[in-house]
Amino acid sequence: MAVAVRHERRHSRGLTRFLESERLLAALLLTPTVLLLGMFIAYPFVSGVWLSLSDTSVGNPGHFVGLHNFVKAWDDSIFREAFGNTVFYTFWATIFKLVLGMWLALLLNRSFRGKRLVRASMLLPFIIPTVLSTFAWRWMFDPTFSVLNWLLYRTGFIVTKIPFLSDGVYGMWCAIVVNTWRGMPFFAITLLAGLQTINPDLHEAASLDGANGWKRFWHVTWPLLKPVTLVVVVFSIIQTFSDFQLIYVLTGGGPANSTHLLATYAYQIGVATGLLGEGAAISLFMLPVLFIVVWVQLRYLRRLEA
Amino acid sequence: MVIERPWKRWVYFYIPLTLFIIGTLFPFYWMLITAIRPDAELYRSWRAVNNAPFWTLHPTLEHFRDLFEKTTFPYWLWNTFFIAVVSTGISLFCGLLAGYALARLKFPMAGTLGTSIFVTYLVPPTLLFIPLADIIRNLQLGNTPWALILTYPTFLIPFCTWLLMGYFKTIPKELEECARIDGATRFGAMTRIIFPIAVPGILSAGIFAFTLSWNEFIYALVFLSSPERKTVPVGVVSEMIRGDIYFWGQLMAGALLGSIPVALVYSFFVEYYVTGLTGSVKG
Repeated sequence: MAVAVRHERRHSRGLTRFLESERLLAALLLTPTVLLLGMFIAYPFVSGVWLSLSDTSVGNPGHFVGLHNFVKAWDDSIFREAFGNTVFYTFWATIFKLVLGMWLALLLNRSFRGKRLVRASMLLPFIIPTVLSTFAWRWMFDPTFSVLNWLLYRTGFIVTKIPFLSDGVYGMWCAIVVNTWRGMPFFAITLLAGLQTINPDLHEAASLDGANGWKRFWHVTWPLLKPVTLVVVVFSIIQTFSDFQLIYVLTGGGPANSTHLLATYAYQIGVATGLLGEGAAISLFMLPVLFIVVWVQLRYLRRLEA
Repeated sequence: MVIERPWKRWVYFYIPLTLFIIGTLFPFYWMLITAIRPDAELYRSWRAVNNAPFWTLHPTLEHFRDLFEKTTFPYWLWNTFFIAVVSTGISLFCGLLAGYALARLKFPMAGTLGTSIFVTYLVPPTLLFIPLADIIRNLQLGNTPWALILTYPTFLIPFCTWLLMGYFKTIPKELEECARIDGATRFGAMTRIIFPIAVPGILSAGIFAFTLSWNEFIYALVFLSSPERKTVPVGVVSEMIRGDIYFWGQLMAGALLGSIPVALVYSFFVEYYVTGLTGSVKG
């Protein structure tokens, strides 16, 4: 009994000493994270690069085929359209989100009754599962029962219905509208947090110097808000460029494959058709863009720290 | 203060804000109205005469009843909840330890490791879902909740680590040093002094992680196949459309019920959520 206790004590003292070393403690604390991220991020990444260089499909182990999948994708007109759509979608949705989000942030930065409630409800599109709210939009864009068509017809703006989702061009713009609706609150709330750190005295001083509202925004608010804005825009570009669920629910890539994004097309080829190699290659086409964006952000963060 | 004339306040403030509120909330209102509208009123052509388009005179719960009787919706709710809670727990555990190590301890490669965790935060799930599906299949985890419980932390841990690291940096080092002088071990100071102070940060990270896993779609879509194993977003998309027919009443009822838990959690912890959201960006 006594021996056991002494043994245990010595053991625990060893453990304590072990934990007193910063390096060993750090290693211990970081192990779970590194294991999980290594297993389910780093390993899939390497495995994805290998898949993209092979002709693997479901039930077929596959052989090395070099850059064949990438060349094949580049020659595929649907892929090119998907790539173009992805750039178009990201570009316009990000601009709308930034402009509207900034506007909303400026509105919410004023004091008014019920501000907390309004601010909380403005974030709802961002909280509610995107797939579920996109279904509501799909129902609002329905070819026969669209409430938006009804409204526009009743108010006299249209005489024939708008083919919201049954036309590729309209479909893409509808997706941009829904994406803007969903992502704008994120911009607004983050920019609002940035606005709240700006000292009101600066505005006071500027208005005493005769600056009007627009000038105050452009010369006082905007320069101070630029760092936050850049970070938010980077996040948004990454999420929008790699978007999947919104298009999957809203148009499914149709009509006639005209509204695919890279991610939905990769899903169609890689999962629905089972051509894993080609699907992996298509999704890897996102990498250069993401890489540039992340690189810009890291450089910027370094500069801030320096 | 800058003084404004009333008409200016209307043009520049009340009207735009009202438009924002209507635009933001109308889809949710439409979800609710569709869910309680009887089928006979629902399928009325866009040009038909309609006296009550924006509300209904005959509210009904039949769509909700159908949802529970004809689909496996209750299972989806439970699966989503279970997966979200467990993966959030795992991610908080990992993020708490890793965040502390990165914020407080000196060790070789600390900078590199911090940067690489930040980079994994920016890796979108759609980049990796095809190879991951292959790995999940090889591990025989396909069609089990574990496929998601183990993969959701890949986007939750980096976020939690990043957020908590920022939080730990705001706690003065002296607190720990005092405890250590009083004889606490390094590990003891961490668990008994620092972690309790970090509770608001942990709560922010937890709420945010919970809503993220409740929202997740593509992994759940690819890794799960039997109807009763699915999560709410995937179940609603894949099981409630039979052929080409959309049962909109039922779909909107499902969307509404699937949104309520996460909206409730959010409404109780708005401030923590907002801290998490803005912290996730600033770090």
